[in-house]
Amino acid sequence: MIKLIIILLSAVFINNYILSRFLGICPFLGVSKKLDSATGMSLAVIFVMMIATAVTWPIQMFLLNPNNLGYLQTIVFILVIAALVQLVEIVLKRYVPALHKSLGVYLPLITTNCAILGVTILNIDEGYTFAESMVNSLGSGLGFMLAMIMFSGVRSKLEGADIPKSFKGLPITLVAASITSLSFMGFGGVIENMFA
Amino acid sequence: MTKLQNFSKGIIQENPVLVLVLGTCPTLATSTNVMSALGMGAAATVVLLCSNIVISALRKVIPDKVRIPCFIVLIAGFVTMVQMLVKAFAPVLDNALGIYLPLIVVNCIILGRAEMFAQKNNIIDSAIDGLGMGAGFTLTLVLMGSIREIFGSGTWFGMAIPVLSDNNISILTMAPGGFFVFGLLIALVNKISPDKAKKKIGCAGCPSAEICKAKSEKEVVAVD
Repeated sequence: MIKLIIILLSAVFINNYILSRFLGICPFLGVSKKLDSATGMSLAVIFVMMIATAVTWPIQMFLLNPNNLGYLQTIVFILVIAALVQLVEIVLKRYVPALHKSLGVYLPLITTNCAILGVTILNIDEGYTFAESMVNSLGSGLGFMLAMIMFSGVRSKLEGADIPKSFKGLPITLVAASITSLSFMGFGGVIENMFA
Repeated sequence: MTKLQNFSKGIIQENPVLVLVLGTCPTLATSTNVMSALGMGAAATVVLLCSNIVISALRKVIPDKVRIPCFIVLIAGFVTMVQMLVKAFAPVLDNALGIYLPLIVVNCIILGRAEMFAQKNNIIDSAIDGLGMGAGFTLTLVLMGSIREIFGSGTWFGMAIPVLSDNNISILTMAPGGFFVFGLLIALVNKISPDKAKKKIGCAGCPSAEICKAKSEKEVVAVD
């Protein structure tokens, strides 16, 4: 149990997907301008991360590994994720239109998001069990959400700031991301020591 | 457009990282030192070249509606090949790149070039375009890797630099340094090319651009 909590908290704070692993930077820079789109995007990411892990982990363990097909991992995972996202979208549209309305637009965008493929491959590389993988995916998604939401606040402040012309737009966003990332480095070592 | 212009546009006017702002994840993650930056650049260039050639060769065979899944499968195939080659012949590089090697599959540059160039042009032009974009990506990575390694650890390709190795700013090799150096480089590009000062995220190269655009238009309508 403690191990699961450690995995969850380290995925959220220490190995934050955006701020320390650099996965999913495109949506981070593209969709974090407004709070509501940042929330919608991160909810969709959490959702797809969990489903993708729930499907790819058994595929790797029960299909690829016993047949010595480990080298097909990349191809199989990206295809499964792409098909899954399409399927989820169709199902949501038909049966849960309210959820589809709030998440639907973000779903196709994250098929080719490196955070999703990254979390499924990392779960295998780290040798996590199924439960640990699911917790890790949840934590990674929550970390993504935390960074997105925090950063949408930072960006709304930046909009009105008086900054040099050549820094307007993307450069100042990246510098702000650097400072946000610096603050997350403060979490290093905290979580392991909390349960020691 | 001549062949030379086709090649050089990837390095300067349409530099995939600094001007189109594609492939930011591997750029930030693997530019901690020059060696891994060069390795990442080379691996991505090989995949880009091969996928551009094959996609261009198959451009009349692949049905338009399922082109994106087809491109992804082709790209994933080449990534797997590169992954196996790197694992066999350069295990040190495999360790340094780690998860970012398989993640070349979802690198926007590769899918973006397939969408924007390879499916509309002949094989030779596509190959040149792939090489040029790959060179632009690699050069930018090496530039960022050099800045971060020289000032961050005081070395270059592992060789110690006299004064800097005693006075290194180690934060540059960590995550915040990556964002910071990348931000400064883009600001520098903005300064040099003032006409492009108002830069947005490179939507044109993104495979989801259409959906994204439709979405933002919908939002505008809703606001009105």
